[in-house]
Amino acid sequence: MKKKLTSVTFNDSAEKREKLLAVIEEYKGKEGNLLPVLQKAQEIYGYLPPEVQKTVALGLEVPEAEVFGVASFYAQFKLNPDGDIAIAVCLGTACYVKGSGQLADKVTEIVGLHPGETTSDGKYSFEATRCIGACGLAPVMTVNGDVYGRLTPADVAGIIRKYQ
Amino acid sequence: MNIENLTTIQQSVKETLDIRAGIAAGHKRNVLICGGTGCTSSGSVKIHDAMQKALEERGISDEVKVIQTGCFGLCANGPIMIVYPEGTFYTHVSVDDVDEIVNEHLVGGKEVERLLHKEKTASGNVEPTSLSESQFYKKQHRVALRNCGFIDPENIDEYIGRDGYRAIAKVLNEMEPQQVIDEMKKSGLRGRGGGGFPTGLKWQFAADQPKGKKYVVCNADEGDPGAFMDRSILEGDPHAIIEAMEIAGYAVGADEGYIYVRAEYPIAVHRLQVAIKQAHEKGLLGNNILGTDFNFDITLRLGAGAFVCGEETALLTSIEGHRGEPRPRPPFPAVKGLFGKPTMNNNVETYANVAQIILNGADWYASMGTEKSKGTKVFALGGKITNTGLVEVPMGTTLREIIEEIGGGVPNGKKFKAAQTGGPSGGCIPAELIDTPIDYDNLTAIGCMMGSGGLIVMDEDNCMVDIAKFYLEFTVDESCGKCTPCRVGIVRLLETLEKITDGRGELEDLDKLEELCNYIKSGSLCGLGQTAPNPVLSTLRFFRDEYVAHVVDKKCPAHVCKNLMQYIIDDNKCVGCKMCSKGCPADAIHVNDGAVVKEGKKLPYLVIDQSKCVKCGACIATCKFKAIYKS
Amino acid sequence: MDMLNIKINGVSYQVPKGVTVLEAAKAAEIDIPTLCYLKDINEIGACRLCLVEVQEMRGPSLGPARMVTACVYPVTEGMSIVTNSEKIKKSRKLNLELLLSNHNKECLSCVRSTTCELQKLCRDYGVDENHFSGKKTQTAIDDSSVAIIRDNSKCVLCRRCVAACKNMQDIGVIGAVNRGFDTVIGTSFDKDLASTTCVNCGQCIVACPTGALHERDDTDKVFAALDDPTKHVYICTAPSVRAQIGECFGYEPGTDCEGKMVAALKRLGFDGVFDMNLTADLTIVEEATELVERMTKGGTLPMITSCSPGWIKYCEHYFPEMTENLSTCKSPQQMFGAVMKTYFAQKMGYDPKDIVFVSAIPCTAKKFEVGRPDQNAGGVPDVDVAITTREVGRMIERAGINFRALKDEKFDEPFEISSGAGVIFGATGGVMEAALRYAAEIVLGKKIEKVDFPEVRGTEGIKFASYDLGGTKINVAVASGTKNAKKLLRGVQSGEYDVQFIEIMACPGGCVNGGGQPYQPASVRNSVDLRAVRAKVLYNDDASRDLRKSQDNSGVKRLYDEFFGTPGSHKAHEVLHTSYIKRGM
Repeated sequence: MKKKLTSVTFNDSAEKREKLLAVIEEYKGKEGNLLPVLQKAQEIYGYLPPEVQKTVALGLEVPEAEVFGVASFYAQFKLNPDGDIAIAVCLGTACYVKGSGQLADKVTEIVGLHPGETTSDGKYSFEATRCIGACGLAPVMTVNGDVYGRLTPADVAGIIRKYQ
Repeated sequence: MNIENLTTIQQSVKETLDIRAGIAAGHKRNVLICGGTGCTSSGSVKIHDAMQKALEERGISDEVKVIQTGCFGLCANGPIMIVYPEGTFYTHVSVDDVDEIVNEHLVGGKEVERLLHKEKTASGNVEPTSLSESQFYKKQHRVALRNCGFIDPENIDEYIGRDGYRAIAKVLNEMEPQQVIDEMKKSGLRGRGGGGFPTGLKWQFAADQPKGKKYVVCNADEGDPGAFMDRSILEGDPHAIIEAMEIAGYAVGADEGYIYVRAEYPIAVHRLQVAIKQAHEKGLLGNNILGTDFNFDITLRLGAGAFVCGEETALLTSIEGHRGEPRPRPPFPAVKGLFGKPTMNNNVETYANVAQIILNGADWYASMGTEKSKGTKVFALGGKITNTGLVEVPMGTTLREIIEEIGGGVPNGKKFKAAQTGGPSGGCIPAELIDTPIDYDNLTAIGCMMGSGGLIVMDEDNCMVDIAKFYLEFTVDESCGKCTPCRVGIVRLLETLEKITDGRGELEDLDKLEELCNYIKSGSLCGLGQTAPNPVLSTLRFFRDEYVAHVVDKKCPAHVCKNLMQYIIDDNKCVGCKMCSKGCPADAIHVNDGAVVKEGKKLPYLVIDQSKCVKCGACIATCKFKAIYKS
Repeated sequence: MDMLNIKINGVSYQVPKGVTVLEAAKAAEIDIPTLCYLKDINEIGACRLCLVEVQEMRGPSLGPARMVTACVYPVTEGMSIVTNSEKIKKSRKLNLELLLSNHNKECLSCVRSTTCELQKLCRDYGVDENHFSGKKTQTAIDDSSVAIIRDNSKCVLCRRCVAACKNMQDIGVIGAVNRGFDTVIGTSFDKDLASTTCVNCGQCIVACPTGALHERDDTDKVFAALDDPTKHVYICTAPSVRAQIGECFGYEPGTDCEGKMVAALKRLGFDGVFDMNLTADLTIVEEATELVERMTKGGTLPMITSCSPGWIKYCEHYFPEMTENLSTCKSPQQMFGAVMKTYFAQKMGYDPKDIVFVSAIPCTAKKFEVGRPDQNAGGVPDVDVAITTREVGRMIERAGINFRALKDEKFDEPFEISSGAGVIFGATGGVMEAALRYAAEIVLGKKIEKVDFPEVRGTEGIKFASYDLGGTKINVAVASGTKNAKKLLRGVQSGEYDVQFIEIMACPGGCVNGGGQPYQPASVRNSVDLRAVRAKVLYNDDASRDLRKSQDNSGVKRLYDEFFGTPGSHKAHEVLHTSYIKRGM
């Protein structure tokens, strides 16, 4: 798994930054604090741009490279922000055996993104997820959190169009 | 909080639980709506809210209690709703059905016929079937899942009503730590996370370490694609895990526990948070539990999306805040685990059995199952099976019983080909071994693995080379990259499989696959790498002819591998409507200029340009005349 | 000591309890191959090359054979170990073939050819380098740093570099990034190494088994200068180079090759081969003067030595608030260059621009120091090229000079004289001891007889000592390795340690274990304490001399008489002192 660094410009706010610093303060000195702090940082910012990771590194006194090493290891950590239209296709077993691989190909064809990418204008993002638990509806894709099940590749374009 | 308090609480919820159990028939109704992940994603929370609102509007919210439960198991038919005391079993309920259910049933007293769950009965008719009478439930034996779909998981009183926290009370008041461990040993319980290591022994190792700081860990990082039993237990019965960890803590001498749960399970995380808070408030977690001098607290840690963290040492490394990379053993976690301290780690399903073993005795537990695999096992049924969902059966139940009776068989009249157990670490059980009684040792003997209990059913349309490829793609994605055999080796395995499914394979590739598989198994650092070749070895063992067909005949018998199959239009069935041509994303279907007139029809009227076809299957989906087939 | 009875390949041995299978085998003179293992630093069992088959006692008889990693697996009573069965050899071969399938295999032009641990193993196991083929991990060469080049296409992900940087040095500018097959050793956010807080210590390089990490090779610059008739080309060698250069030519670690080294450099065509020990002495005179001045005039204390450029950059990044504590003295290398471009140029009547001054050093950070601001006393950079011991070895080889056959020769005048104090600069505690030999005389106002200060010697990471110099009490501390430096400075900042003078070297053990020193494979590094063995050469040299104190060096005296006046003079400050940058993170 190679994570792509973002091309979307970082947009900080005093309010978010304050929240992040408060989280760092809360966890500072506690054992095993890096993951929970990164998870909360992602809750605050929606993703983990280098600027945020750097703040965490300084705050927790962990080398930057180690923070980046952790952020790039776990699938949950996003180095790219969600697009305005955030598309995800489940590639869990149940979905896969029912053809979700073809759904993913279709999404790539339509929005020109591979899983893990966000267009630099921030409009679309595309993720391939593991089982999201909707196996009864396989194959499944989600757009901005809305679940669409029992799909064929022909349904994909229509679903994305609804969000444009 | 003391034992008398537990009894008081138990009595306060007795009526409502008795109604659900069919013991009491009071006039008050309980409506249970599944709040598991599957039903939630098809709208069950909205159904719950709409139901509550509708009842309030009609002023009968005191008469009818609406409860959002954990998973019932029959996920394929969700959202699921059950109305007690009648036991009415509604499936495929939608939010639009709520008014009708309230008016007709809850007010009018008449069941809504069209929403009733129906099954084919012995007489061959399709008839409404109650939950307890359904094929899906009849053969099940619920120990780990006993409270799932029965209680409100966010209400600790209901858990207590089901003898909750009685086991920790018994342990604290009547048993020495060693007695607890002996009981676990005697029960024959083995780790449900995959390896099947005897649980009592594991506890003993941690208990044998010198007194001092120790940890108890719950592995809730269920990562096998297609497995969701741990999630369902956490969603449906979170207190059972908390209580079991306390018992383990008492037995091994630990005062702190960590639950490492997948962040992808938001409902489970929420219910655990609620449960931990409630247990704290009631004095059932924290200092001086049940008025004794036993202290135990639990911290929730969210996984961040790495399958390898299901491996014990990687999980500990992850809790410590690092990349979830496994470490070599020894030292074993029981000696040097979390933060360098002795650590005992079990998975969710293992813990879910603990309180029951303490309350009912080791002999009761050991009476279920086979000689070396005691108790029950939860399986997540998925793939080509009618009743996708969660089942719990005694060890030793045959695959046939699970698939044909409980699972309702393979749908669409297709033929059962194989079942895959153990996910990416496991292997395939071919149709000829369908009567194998499922337990740890039988599965290992045929090159499979119990794993955490994912059971994926495959039919004749599944290509076994493709399935092996799918699992390898998964492990390649999830390999941590620390050790060479796994990091590089499984990529080379995958590339060889790709070569074969692309039609470039040679016979010697099969030998090379086996050689490399065997090396990766013996050479990898952790369980992920050591088991990653299993899907390949297992399919090579049972479906070698399919590999040979790909390599020698350049054919995919199941018509799955794109480079080895074609879509063909059947002249006899095609009516020339051109729907397929319109729907083709590659513009590969055209009217055939050179068609000849035969029996009054221009034939072949439409043809697929194979050089343009991307094999997406859109044409098959659009053709109303079933005139397109794979070859 | 408890002893265990074991069998290795059927032969019985007794080994002490607590040793690993690898150590037990080593004691039986059997080398089990390793790639990732570095004792005490990197014990991660990741490369899987050291897999052996063991059987352990299960009750009264031996249990089943299992494959275990010898590097971390402890020996147990009755254990039977097989290190070389066909199965094991096959495993190792497949392992190496897998590594090669994701490796660039450019051995012919690789800087590590013949010293590469991977290459040796591949030869030993007779691998087919094309047994596996397929995609390769995406990598790019990072040559942004003036000191360290990273080429991940040769990386085997043993993580020895990461362990050196993070576990040993507590810096951690490199680490594992991404996951699975895409794992690479990288910096944060794929930054250039040059824009990180890397201090250029080069410990990653000496830890690396392959050519994935190496110094920037500046030998071509030196050869070009030597070939240029308009240039006056001089070289001086740092104290520890003479103790290690022999390792490039097959001598055991700890062999003093000063005479052969000088002879070889003369044959390379330098106009003069000088001894950096001279400016080590000069540094002591300036630094001790500065210390006494700070102590008597209320300057910033504790004062910290400034000869290790890795330590200087570390201080600037990690302790910017302490740059005032750094001695303003240039390092011996830079002092030498400054003297060459001022005093020497004047004396010889050369334009400083026409002098090419090369330093031979055990250090990669010196390559960075050369380009620092405020290091150009003569209006041109003090030092033109800094080459490591390894590069010196490479130049001698390329010139076809038969090093081992050379007769000893002596350094050239006028910079040939040095004291034992200058020699021991190359080991941790050496600068401190040299400074004490001078400071004691300034404070006491008389010659001292006892010149040994054994309290500050040895490879211990942090050492403390207190001295009473005729009523003036002085507490000193010595740290080597940035991890120890951090620990010490934290203690100073918190008030836990009350010290007035501190010596810090970026590399554990000091320059003898510098990042520019000859490669030694893990098999040697795991069984020999290179720091101690190499340092011994320097202490023996010191002990064998009559001239033990920097202040007694007539060459140094002449510099003051002819050029600088007195220690700490205005002129000395202009030429021999420098300034620092508060870099921060």
